[in-house]
Amino acid sequence: MGYPHKSHPNETVVLSEHFGNPDARTYDGWIWRGGYKALEQALAMSPGDVVELVKASGLRGRGGAGFPTGLKWSFMPKEKRRPHYLCCNADESEPGTFKDREIMRWTPHAMIEGCAIAQYAIQAEITYIYVRGEFTEPLTIVEQALAEAYEHGVLGDNAMGTGTRLDMYIHRGAGAYICGEETALMNSIEGKRGNPRIKPPFPAAEGVFGMPTTINNVETLAAVPHIIAKGPEWYKGLCRSNPKSVGTKLFSVCGHVRRPGNYEVEMGFPLGELIHDLCGGVPEGRTLKACIPGGSSVPILNRDETEACLLDYEGCVEAGTMLGSGGVIVFDDSADMVYQVMRLARFYAHESCAQCTQCREGTAWTTRILERILAGEGEMHDLDVLLDLADQMTGKTICVLSDSCAAPVVSGIQKFRDEFEAYIRGGRAAAIAVA
Amino acid sequence: MAGGAGVESVAHEPIFVGERKARLDEILTRYPTKQAALLPALWIVQETTGWISDAAMAEVADVLEVTPAYVKGVVTFYTMYHQHPVGENFIQVCTTTPCNLCGAEDVMNALLDHTGCGDLGATSPDGKFTVVEVECLGACGFATPVIVNDDFIDGVTVDSVPDLVRKYS
Repeated sequence: MGYPHKSHPNETVVLSEHFGNPDARTYDGWIWRGGYKALEQALAMSPGDVVELVKASGLRGRGGAGFPTGLKWSFMPKEKRRPHYLCCNADESEPGTFKDREIMRWTPHAMIEGCAIAQYAIQAEITYIYVRGEFTEPLTIVEQALAEAYEHGVLGDNAMGTGTRLDMYIHRGAGAYICGEETALMNSIEGKRGNPRIKPPFPAAEGVFGMPTTINNVETLAAVPHIIAKGPEWYKGLCRSNPKSVGTKLFSVCGHVRRPGNYEVEMGFPLGELIHDLCGGVPEGRTLKACIPGGSSVPILNRDETEACLLDYEGCVEAGTMLGSGGVIVFDDSADMVYQVMRLARFYAHESCAQCTQCREGTAWTTRILERILAGEGEMHDLDVLLDLADQMTGKTICVLSDSCAAPVVSGIQKFRDEFEAYIRGGRAAAIAVA
Repeated sequence: MAGGAGVESVAHEPIFVGERKARLDEILTRYPTKQAALLPALWIVQETTGWISDAAMAEVADVLEVTPAYVKGVVTFYTMYHQHPVGENFIQVCTTTPCNLCGAEDVMNALLDHTGCGDLGATSPDGKFTVVEVECLGACGFATPVIVNDDFIDGVTVDSVPDLVRKYS
């Protein structure tokens, strides 16, 4: 299984404290660990006060965009005239990311408690937990936890005996990366193809079923009970670098590392330390070559940039990339960057919903040109065509899938141009020689 | 539009009867529209018959009051719905970047060999297996993840493939 690892002394274990302990999965086990106390506390406050508290904590969305959570909640109408909805985005599919899966596998009640608090804060009667179709194991575990939560009166028409209605349903996806995009996710809940919607209207005004809706990531929601219980000051104190990025974050480290897995550290933690110390570095005899720190949609860092990068929203931007979902993909010197960039482009070509021309055509053309280069039939000007295509694919579509395809292509060519050129000049053998 | 034109020739055993009808009725209470139950309804179909035929799509359309063409549009959007019969054991193997770095393509080839499928998407001559390559399964730290039917198995290596295949044979 490779998991769970014993936590490293430099980790700050909050969300992952009970990972690996099946007892924490059960309702009784969760209660024994202080579970649902924060929900009780929140239900005794006014919804507006809960929003303010989360706003004060500085919590930002852990799904990729990093939008302040409390602020997002505050966009929901204060005076409720129509049904409100919460969607929990458990459609984790960003290559390199596997943190929400572990939250659901080990601490499903943490997610449910976070959902319940958020749902109360935004005055929603219903939460839809959108779980990706492939997550068969987390799905079963969350289903069971939900049944237990209903059985013990945590959820239902009279949640925690307070008279508040909190209903929660699982909506299972069916294999579409794009449904992790919030507006595509809402369409998928409505029984439609998962095509992203044009914004505005934003979900808080017109979301699922046309009603005011908030969409939050699993990890964001799982942090909420801790914030309620320990207070916003405590949360803000979990910070190694920039005060705009606070709290702990789960980083899913994978690829060429000795100890892959989820590592929970304070925001601002050095990426180099995460890879070398916590994960044991790259395999014996190899050297670090590159890293994608925030899931496949963010620019690739070379070795020096990786060593200098601090893991928070600002630090990643400074390093020329983004924190994204915290999926850290590590490449050692054996990696064929041209081939891996092609694999990433192929991923986006496969997952494009095909609504926008730039994305539908751009992701496919990019993949075909890269395949041609890999087959030894590339030409030097293909690199310019790829960069021009990437430019046409950035900032011009309904959602950012197209931009996400362009990011690794542009950064790959910029940082590993010699490998691309070697492929074009002399095929794979030449590329290996310069790699 | 019940049944839809052109499906009469295919023998179709109604799916939404008895326990399955009750399940769908309960699901319908969760949403403000009937259409929203489409993904769950399609899952029930696939669970029951292993794939989703045109006749089944027509039945779903009828039950949820949408057109068969609409249902087909949704079925074809989502990769996990099978539009044709597959092997008794359906194997999905991830070969996206992180797993790729860790040898996922070798695992995929070993699966094709040991199941006798030969090619991706093809069903083995004994009808027991179909192997498909899929994009990221969200278990990148446990390369290589493989899903067999509803079983999620991580850490699959070339060496562990023979045992895995034997288990489902």
